[in-house]
Amino acid sequence: MLLFVLRRTLAVVPVMAMVAVIVFAILRLTPGDPAAIIAGDTATAEQLEQIRRSMGLDQSIPRQFVMWVGQLLRGDLGVSLLSGTPVADMILQRMGPSLALALSTITLSVLVAVPLGILAAWRQGRLLDRAVMAFSVLGFSIPVFVIGYVLILAFSIGLGWFPVQGYKPPSEGIWPFARSLALPTVALSTVYIALIARIARTSIIEVMGEDFIRTARAKGLRERAVLLGHALRNAAVPIVTIVGVGVALLISGVVVTESVFNLPGLGRLVVEAVLGRDYPVIQALILLFSFIYVFINLVVDVLYTVFDPRIRY
Amino acid sequence: MASVPSISDASGASQQSALSQVLRSPPVAIALAVLAASVIMAVFAPWLNTIDPVQIDPTQRLKPPSAEHWLGTDAYGRDVYSRVIYGSRVSLVVGVSVAVFSIAAGLVIGVIAGYFRWADAIIMRVMDGLMAIPGVLLAIALVSLSGASLTTVIVAITIPEIPRVVRLVRGVVLSVRNEPYVEAAISLGTSPLAVMIRHLVPNTVAPLIVQGTYIFASAILTEAILSFLGAGVPPEISSWGNIMAEGRSFFQLIPGLVLYPGAVLSLLVLSVNVLGDALRDSLDPRMSRRL
Repeated sequence: MLLFVLRRTLAVVPVMAMVAVIVFAILRLTPGDPAAIIAGDTATAEQLEQIRRSMGLDQSIPRQFVMWVGQLLRGDLGVSLLSGTPVADMILQRMGPSLALALSTITLSVLVAVPLGILAAWRQGRLLDRAVMAFSVLGFSIPVFVIGYVLILAFSIGLGWFPVQGYKPPSEGIWPFARSLALPTVALSTVYIALIARIARTSIIEVMGEDFIRTARAKGLRERAVLLGHALRNAAVPIVTIVGVGVALLISGVVVTESVFNLPGLGRLVVEAVLGRDYPVIQALILLFSFIYVFINLVVDVLYTVFDPRIRY
Repeated sequence: MASVPSISDASGASQQSALSQVLRSPPVAIALAVLAASVIMAVFAPWLNTIDPVQIDPTQRLKPPSAEHWLGTDAYGRDVYSRVIYGSRVSLVVGVSVAVFSIAAGLVIGVIAGYFRWADAIIMRVMDGLMAIPGVLLAIALVSLSGASLTTVIVAITIPEIPRVVRLVRGVVLSVRNEPYVEAAISLGTSPLAVMIRHLVPNTVAPLIVQGTYIFASAILTEAILSFLGAGVPPEISSWGNIMAEGRSFFQLIPGLVLYPGAVLSLLVLSVNVLGDALRDSLDPRMSRRL
């Protein structure tokens, strides 16, 4: 078990190395002079030269890569071109809203999607099942910002229950904090719920065809006990997998949702950096988000052994 | 990370009858109708009672819907109805191009990875790296660096879609590679290229058609997200994402600027997804999981 965790953790290294190569290559391989891209259209020749030197762009490309990775490994994420502050500080500053939004979304999604999936599987082919599946396709199809604006229109502007936009940190009180997160969480959860409910349904239906389910029924267990005790437990691996894989969707969603609801998190920071072509910030954030995604899927792989004792590595 | 379920091809005749049956079910018929309507909208945009979608009229700013402007006007006095109709062109062009390019690239790379052992390790490591980067982030970074244009948007959305196609194709190739008919062809001295084209690629067609519909849907969504965030097609092009991006600031005043294009966009994506699910159920019953 320990050996497996160790081996699986080491497998993260080549993936992250590849991400670093790709992120590095994006700036170097896109047409045009990176210094000119960074400096913008109004830069003078001297400014360009200075940027080239300060970013080490006058060195050879492999050398630049080694220098950059060396900095990263020392925890130096670079300095923002726009504000001059270290990128690491900016990330720490803006982490709160994103973390709160992501955690509340994952919690809400799992709490809603898994029961939906169970209900749909239980009523397979009936009206309830079709309704859940219809909701699921709908959830995949409506962009998160459209859902966000519809929610704002109905519950903030119409009913006045929630603030239209903005974020209140928990230090200003739990109630304002929860109110500012409620609509973003619901908006972002829709697609995630659709995804998880669909997989939960499919995997429970698959498990329901197994022999041990027939045995459980034959020994007189009530349907609820069969579903929750036997089917759900054995369907846990694909459900946990999709929660992990869905994190990629969640991260993209956070970027959009924060823009709709004006939450000052990492997602807004990405958009600001992209619009301002703040390359060190873009680089660092893509690396960070990829690392989070890879790390969560590492945790998911380790969780397999907990949910399914048959899996031994 | 989860592995792609192995897929082998089903028999042709029963597949076709199943397909025609699925295409006649009511939700799929509606989806096809919506898709057809979108294509008509895009092709015949100038004749659908539209005016020039970029024509600015300062006297008609932010007007509610009227007989003259069916969906009202935006902050520059442009006719929202015309902009929405013309916007379908961008969405369809992006959707089709991304689906075609990512499948073409993914097919070539995936067959090579599945066929040649030596290439497999390298290719799959690169794909793992690409897959670890959230698609929308990769796309906005690519667009912001290469400059906004329709072409860069298409390329930027295509690149993050490729790894999933590669994995799918590679999985199919690996599962049929050791079939007797493939081994027979190899032992008869058939060149690798001929083996790939004659024996491997045909097995990937059914799953790729299904995957293609999903990519089409997701590309339309991603384009709208990019434009919405300000990193998409240039603002002078009428795309649904651009209309919504510009409508954001006036949302409390005129919600329609966001909601009309949003509704059309959702309806189109929904139809494509319904179609994709139907195709999957009939062409490829075993690929029930969508990862």
